[in-house]
Amino acid sequence: MRRLVGGLVPLGAALVAFAFGALMLLAVGASPWDGLTALVSGAFGSGDRLIATAVKATPLLLVGAGITISFRASVVNIGGEGQIVMGALLATSLALGVPDLPAILLVPLVLMAGAVGGGLWGAVPGALKAYAGVNEILSTVMLNLVAVQFMNYLLRGPLIDPLELETGTRIPQTQRLSDNAALPALVPGTRLHLGVLVAVLAAFAVWVLLWRTPLGFRLRAVGHNPDAARAAGIPVRRSVVTALGLSGSLSGLAGAILVFGSEGQRMATDGSAAGFTGSAGFNGIVTALFGGLHPLWTIPSSYLFGGLLTGATNLQRQLQIPSALAIALNGLVVIFVVSSGRFQARIDRFVDGRRNLGTALADDGEPLAPAEAEVDSRG
Amino acid sequence: MSTPGTSQPASIPPMLEMRGVTKRFPGVLANDRVDFDVRPGEVHTLLGENGAGKSTLMKILFGLYQPDEGDLRLNGVPIRIESPTDAIGHQIGMIHQHFMLVPTLTVAENVALGLKSGRGPLTDLQAVSARIEEISSSYGLAVDPSVAIWKLSVGERQRVEIIKALYRDAQLLVLDEPTAVLTPQEVDDLFVILRQMSSAGRGLIFISHKLHEVMALSDRITVLRNGRVAGHTTPQETSRQELAQMMVGRAVKLAPDKPSVEPGADRLSISGLTVFNDSGSAAVTNLDLTVRSGEIVGIAGVSGNGQRELAESIIGMRHPSSGSIIVDGVEVAGSEPAESRGAGLAYVPEERMKDGAVGEFTVGENLVLVEHGSDRFSGRGLLRFGAIREHCRKLVDDYRVKTPSIETPTQSLSGGNIQKIILARELATKPTVLIAAQPTRGVDIGAAEYIHEQLVEQRSAGMATLLISEDLDEVFGLADRIAVMFEGSIMAILDTEAATREQVGLLMAGVESDPAPAAGVALDR
Repeated sequence: MRRLVGGLVPLGAALVAFAFGALMLLAVGASPWDGLTALVSGAFGSGDRLIATAVKATPLLLVGAGITISFRASVVNIGGEGQIVMGALLATSLALGVPDLPAILLVPLVLMAGAVGGGLWGAVPGALKAYAGVNEILSTVMLNLVAVQFMNYLLRGPLIDPLELETGTRIPQTQRLSDNAALPALVPGTRLHLGVLVAVLAAFAVWVLLWRTPLGFRLRAVGHNPDAARAAGIPVRRSVVTALGLSGSLSGLAGAILVFGSEGQRMATDGSAAGFTGSAGFNGIVTALFGGLHPLWTIPSSYLFGGLLTGATNLQRQLQIPSALAIALNGLVVIFVVSSGRFQARIDRFVDGRRNLGTALADDGEPLAPAEAEVDSRG
Repeated sequence: MSTPGTSQPASIPPMLEMRGVTKRFPGVLANDRVDFDVRPGEVHTLLGENGAGKSTLMKILFGLYQPDEGDLRLNGVPIRIESPTDAIGHQIGMIHQHFMLVPTLTVAENVALGLKSGRGPLTDLQAVSARIEEISSSYGLAVDPSVAIWKLSVGERQRVEIIKALYRDAQLLVLDEPTAVLTPQEVDDLFVILRQMSSAGRGLIFISHKLHEVMALSDRITVLRNGRVAGHTTPQETSRQELAQMMVGRAVKLAPDKPSVEPGADRLSISGLTVFNDSGSAAVTNLDLTVRSGEIVGIAGVSGNGQRELAESIIGMRHPSSGSIIVDGVEVAGSEPAESRGAGLAYVPEERMKDGAVGEFTVGENLVLVEHGSDRFSGRGLLRFGAIREHCRKLVDDYRVKTPSIETPTQSLSGGNIQKIILARELATKPTVLIAAQPTRGVDIGAAEYIHEQLVEQRSAGMATLLISEDLDEVFGLADRIAVMFEGSIMAILDTEAATREQVGLLMAGVESDPAPAAGVALDR
């Protein structure tokens, strides 16, 4: 019962958000129905579009699955953007350094490099929080800025495509990277690449980690009650570093997939983080919250938000409506979902009240109410 | 013993009568045809274990629940109490266990809160203060009306709660476990005040599970068990033993049988220990203590004399500024709990929901909170759920934890059952030294009895136990030696056999004992 309700409430919130979206469409003089069909068919209307949605959903899913790890350990990670960038930079450098390795080696290596780069970038604020008491919300956000400037420096300087220097266009991007590092297509002739599968597997892996391993047990114990965890002999500080490190490594993996799953097969930016990441580092948080901070629920959640992104492009093309409207819709969904937390809690209480004490579900496999997602940042 | 209250010589008509009160919740009969009455000028105790239906009955009296059956009469008139406001209007007052005071406001402001001011929209605090002082002086409730609540001690805050009720002219006062947070001296003070209130003609309902307090204060006692009245009695006709039996429904041992055990080698040796508290002052000063194998050493003392800091520094939750803590030959001072546990320590913390258990975790998860990473319960990076389930089911059976399943969220269980889970988990680690802080505080009698048995059993098996307790009955019943702690130091270490309550009570208050024979002998050990 609770599982069912747990899924229905965010869905209801999404519907209300779409109703508001319809009003916005009216306001810009378009038919809400046409707008909605353009949005939905643009996202899910054909095989190609489904694939485009899956590709868009992939970084959201990876970042989101990472976010569930850190939030479950009661550590907030707003550093997805920076972790994506650092993962991508390390993976790109590796591909530039050993371009001739066979694909069977190079593909796993660049993915691992991405995870390592993002993981280290996540572990830094983790260590700062654990050993120096630095608030991780501030440090992760600030490290995003550092990562972007580092990326701009590298892509405008040491790593810039020599061709850009020759022609003098100086677009901040690398040269086309080794084809041996390109993520192979799952269905030949389409853009459906290995990264899409990797992301779904990663979400399952996070579920296993959190509910089937001693490490995940410790992270959740620390997240719920750091005092009791510490008294029981669980290293709380190390757990904080681990949580942010693992969270960052999934974002870093997303960074590598963004580079080696791209059509250009290169790392490129417009000078901002979003120019490379498409804001996946932030939208991934939303994706995880919408998925109730449960790695498996994050899968459908990421496809919904991925669909919004591809649908928005279609909306623009068919109805000449600015895609900004879809982004606003995205924001509305977030607001409604987060505020539905209170509603969810009320339903939970109702459900609990009707049940004899104790036949409650076990903790595993049950999404948290979105309200609980607003994790407090206990020191 | 089981005669209904009406058979008492009812010369004075009751101010409150509750007849045949029944309240059902889904799956639970919380109150089953409960009869209860209070006459003016008496203290009528409502006694029962957690979940016996005391709170439900009082919530009905306070208008928070409506009874499914039965009726209420106030001074002979049938009434229906719709809400707490309604109850206050009928001059029913309630002193909650957890104080309902705004810490940043003054005493007078708290008392005036929610009342109409005599000056319309403006406050009337001077008049309120004057009235408070009037009440304080007539009942000996010394409190300054202009002081902010946060500056007051727990005992003083409780006085403010009582003043609040008296200010609203409560004739019938419900006191929900009022002594739970008080020191023994404060309890004595409170009882004087309560007696004075009852002799002024007010009716008092005293809710408690501390039997000696019930015996000391009550005029009449009603015992509830599983929602039903298990009996009506008076302190003159009953004994603590009998009350405990009525509460639990079977014979209980208030103090466990202790086989004689010859203490072995030193297992815990503390020397020169100094520990600071959170506000940076020394809570434990230069403390020396030794606990041997097969021995229970009790730390007696009024709460706040450094017991918490002592326990926390031994397990490693708090790091001492100097001194040595040796567990079975290993220095653990300054270690984290993980290392201290490695040396053979186990810990039953004072605050079970803060330091002892993860409330959101299941019973099973809490039972393996310490040992989940051991080879027994995990392998190749995964938890071994089969082994964990088997282990947990066994512990739940062995310790008679009342839980629907090991998948139940721990926070939905009673305090006694949570405490059993913590004790089961800690003893399962087969410790050489156990630090047990307030192991039975807020725990029902049956569970307390069981916990005591376990501690005694482990003592026979050679475990060294440091028992920290504010409950003198517990210390005298379990400990082989009693160390009395006052202001961070140990005043004396007494052999339990030779010690008296009076002697310990004086030491707890910081009064140096005369070189009595018992104290002198025990000091060097």
